[in-house]
Amino acid sequence: MSLPAIAVRNLVKTFGDTTVLQNIDIEIPQGQVSCLIGPSGSGKSTLLRCMAFLEEATSGTITVNGEVLGFTENAQGMRERIAPAANRAIRAQIGMVFQQFNLWPHMTALGNVSEALKTVHKMSRKDAEERAMAQLVKVGLESRAGHYPSQLSGGQQQRVAIARALALKPKIMLFDEPTSSLDPELTGEVLNVMRDLAAEGMTMVVVSHEIGFAATVGQQIAFLDHGRIVFTGPPQEVFRKPRNARLEQFLDTYLDRGASMLL
Amino acid sequence: MTFDINVILDQLPAITSGAGVTILIWIVGTIAAAILGFFVAVGRRFGGAMLNKALFLIVAVLRGTPFLIQIFLVYYGGPFIGLSLDPLPAGLIGISIYGAAYYSEIFRSGFMAVPKGHIEAGECVGLTQGQIIRRILLPEMTMLVLPPSLNMAVLLMKETAVLSIITVPELTATLSAIGAQQYAFVEALSVLALFYWVLVEITGRLGRLVETKLTRFRFFNA
Repeated sequence: MSLPAIAVRNLVKTFGDTTVLQNIDIEIPQGQVSCLIGPSGSGKSTLLRCMAFLEEATSGTITVNGEVLGFTENAQGMRERIAPAANRAIRAQIGMVFQQFNLWPHMTALGNVSEALKTVHKMSRKDAEERAMAQLVKVGLESRAGHYPSQLSGGQQQRVAIARALALKPKIMLFDEPTSSLDPELTGEVLNVMRDLAAEGMTMVVVSHEIGFAATVGQQIAFLDHGRIVFTGPPQEVFRKPRNARLEQFLDTYLDRGASMLL
Repeated sequence: MTFDINVILDQLPAITSGAGVTILIWIVGTIAAAILGFFVAVGRRFGGAMLNKALFLIVAVLRGTPFLIQIFLVYYGGPFIGLSLDPLPAGLIGISIYGAAYYSEIFRSGFMAVPKGHIEAGECVGLTQGQIIRRILLPEMTMLVLPPSLNMAVLLMKETAVLSIITVPELTATLSAIGAQQYAFVEALSVLALFYWVLVEITGRLGRLVETKLTRFRFFNA
């Protein structure tokens, strides 16, 4: 058994008095698509954001390819923050895609994708733009390279955002409800890009309400409710014969809408 | 009594000089106010809780008191603390500080209006804090604050008229004097009002031009 891409151990996250994640344990296997599903407020987005270190876990550890993210233990067994540069090196293995795309509005599509190559990796403008262009070709947007985000549709913006993350050659891609602010037609084009990526063997963690995508592309499904992982398993087990009452209830609404046909 | 504009136009050299002083105070004062205001906003955002509180208090006082009184305090109160200034430098300092208080609020709201997600996206691609400020926060903030900044510049231009009170030889002082000497107040004040209005219009048009250029950067699809 190879090292998991991400291993979450006993993770707790609280905001003030509210516990959002309670003792989460999950392993993200290499080269597979893991989907986090669950009702709103179940903590699935927070879990993903902890993996991206956009939220700091209250306790517990997240290991990325064997390296502990964000913190280290000192001699007294107390948790200590690691140096920003060291943490950036661990985070560099991870690419993140947001629900709101979060493209930078003052840069073109090409500018967005090449920015970190120039600023972080100190590549020359020419090399950076060449690599950025190759990524835009991959998501089918080479003709939109000179467009600003405001001149692109939501689906195109999200594909640029995916290209921006991929340009840095991450080992793991995290998707936080990547299609939730898109209409069904635009959702399709983004999901297609994600399917291609999955077919190439990219390790992916996807928070989504697209149960159809989870059922057909997902290899591991984790169902969260009230800050706990209620059930983890392959899609057949989760969607065909949910043995958990809460999961069954959650899935009812989706299966009604035809997701069962996909299985 | 007849409305005779020639009485005023005969004094063109004096008027030109007054207009020059007004434009000088306005442009230098606005630029100084914007720069000072920017540093106040940066201090409030990145300088820790103590600095934020101190600057908040100063800004609150400056925004909460009339400019006329502030300028009196600088000009007539200055000598009490060993600061005897000529009218022009006193006026420039006064308008810069007054404007800085407002500009700091404009920049502060600009910082807050940059979506958190844009900063997070920067973190996720490995940008350092400094790079995020330089490459994302500042450019995005600049776009957001341009319209209110130009509006503030217009307001500051009209505030320069207050400096006539401390005998700065700007246009309001000049034309008031001409009006009194020639007994042609209405003519003098009409020319004065027209001058300010034309300047405001020009600034406004420039502002709209800049805004049009910036629309492609707007944050969300309409």
